Amino acid sequence: MQPVIEFRDVSKRYQMGDSVVKAADHISFSIEKGEFLAIVGQSGSGKSTCMNIIGCLDVPTEGIYLLDGKNVGEMNKDELAVIRNEKLGFIFQQYNLLPKLNLMENVEVPLMYAGIPKEKRHILAKEALAKVGLENKWKHLPNQLSGGQQQRVSIARALAGNPSVILADEPTGALDSKTGREVLAMLQRVHQEGNTVVLITHDNSIAKTAQRVIRLDDGHIVYDGSARDPKAFVQAEISLEVVGK
Amino acid sequence: MSLSECFFLAVKNIMASKTRSLLTMLGIIIGVTAVVVIMGLGNGMEQYMRDSFESMGTNTMTVNLIGRGESSTKLSVSDMEEIVEENETYLDLMSPTVSVMGTVKIGSETADSTTITGIGTDYFTIKSYDIASGRGIQYVDELKRIQVCVIGSYLANTFYGGNALGQTLKINGTEFDIVGVMAEKADSEEGSTDDAIFLPYTTASRLSLSGTVSSYVVTMQSEELAEESKDVLENALYDFYQDDSSYVVSSTSEMLETMTDMLNVIITVLAVIAGISLVVGGIGIMNIMLVSVTERTKEIGIRKALGSKERYILSQFVTEAAVTSAIGGILGILLSYLLCIAATKVITNLMEAEITVMPTFGAVLVAFGISAGIGIFFGYMPAKKAARMNPIDALRYD
Repeated sequence: MQPVIEFRDVSKRYQMGDSVVKAADHISFSIEKGEFLAIVGQSGSGKSTCMNIIGCLDVPTEGIYLLDGKNVGEMNKDELAVIRNEKLGFIFQQYNLLPKLNLMENVEVPLMYAGIPKEKRHILAKEALAKVGLENKWKHLPNQLSGGQQQRVSIARALAGNPSVILADEPTGALDSKTGREVLAMLQRVHQEGNTVVLITHDNSIAKTAQRVIRLDDGHIVYDGSARDPKAFVQAEISLEVVGK
Repeated sequence: MSLSECFFLAVKNIMASKTRSLLTMLGIIIGVTAVVVIMGLGNGMEQYMRDSFESMGTNTMTVNLIGRGESSTKLSVSDMEEIVEENETYLDLMSPTVSVMGTVKIGSETADSTTITGIGTDYFTIKSYDIASGRGIQYVDELKRIQVCVIGSYLANTFYGGNALGQTLKINGTEFDIVGVMAEKADSEEGSTDDAIFLPYTTASRLSLSGTVSSYVVTMQSEELAEESKDVLENALYDFYQDDSSYVVSSTSEMLETMTDMLNVIITVLAVIAGISLVVGGIGIMNIMLVSVTERTKEIGIRKALGSKERYILSQFVTEAAVTSAIGGILGILLSYLLCIAATKVITNLMEAEITVMPTFGAVLVAFGISAGIGIFFGYMPAKKAARMNPIDALRYD
């Protein structure tokens, strides 16, 4: 079966003043449909770059990124916008709900850009809000909700368009540990319902929620395997040893 | 994302910050109000002028003869009658007019402001004056130079208590019998058309210094043939004098046209000057939109991440600017209606002229169109800035 996401030798270089920074250096991996994957790494490891490329917010400098078999690197801005809209559901650390819109309208935003008519949008948005248990609060504005509730709304927004991949960037980063666990549980449920979930985090304990872990360091993949393998989470010590030498 | 969705989103955003939106609109409101009121004033003045001219008759021409006083070379009344008869396809009626300078005495009182005019039998028809009681000036009065007169309603009401028929008055010492009273034309005010005395022109020319008739009113068959009629009359006069400096023909429709043209030029210039404030208002909108785009960088980033194409962001911000500007335009139009009503009251009370300041439908449409257009024009640059934002940077913005 064709993988949902495939990175073939993907590199990303940034020009920072006079020097060139390699944020991603010949990274290759693929993600099958229905996987729950965590991309882990310290800041500067290249995980944000990976997330931006997976999320079609950025294109690789080198290599090929295939999303549902389509080469994203060759797309123009409008095509990328369509791909983001149809194939991806974003969950951000800061929830990123639009403060002037109520919950229903927030969930409807990606559906509106997809050109779905109003009545159908309402139905889909209601369903998505019901999945996260907030269907009765649809008239509320985001700032009337707790952080955990807001993050649930953003999960609903990500689910509403039935995308190929749910991309969660530090989804618990702004939450206390209890609500963080609730949100992670919700993501696991989303995964169990058959969705492909990609979780980006610096926190090993959160990455353990996933089935598979890709650990990045300095733009390279240093581990790619089961989240149950203890080797998945030893990178920090190894790095320190390298520094110690 | 349809146009109506863009529109409702724009309205929502405008309503979310009412004070700021209102202040942004202020420039447009003032500009539109100024333009519409000025055009309304122009419209009122033009209508007033048209009414005044129409009361004089827009189908009339005035002939003034600039003679050297030698009666042998001067056009006589019968010559003029002949000219009108020969050109009856264009010319209809004519009447000599003789202005008499003199004092009017009614009993022991003096009427200072009264105009005294010697006229022909068709004069009242030409001017469409009606006789309220008695009769007008008749051919036999002209022929025999009878000392009779027709007076205006002001004189009849003020000096005779409404019973002027059969009474007398004195002009420069000569006694005249009052044979007719005119119907009221201008509220029977002193100095108005109602404050007048009409005599047979033959009698009047004897009272005046020159003793000859120097001016005529001539009517044309049709107002549509105003220019041709004037040409015909001028040609006939040229044939008589073989010289074009001895007469002047002026037609009221021509004068009205000239004055309307002049008025329009003045009003247009004023409206354009007022229109500058619309441009200033537009720059105000652009300024606020630029601030708004920066403030909403995060929103733009979120929208882009969720799949908004550049043109959706562009149309969202352009629509917002256009709707802001158009609402300003509508408020300006409403305000200008109020101001027009106030201006009409003030002008009527202060200047005793019946000028109705009323914006034309066209002016209102143009003002609304321009204000919406200004929103689109000045909203485009900030909207383009918003649309071109890099989604990664925009998402990271706090």
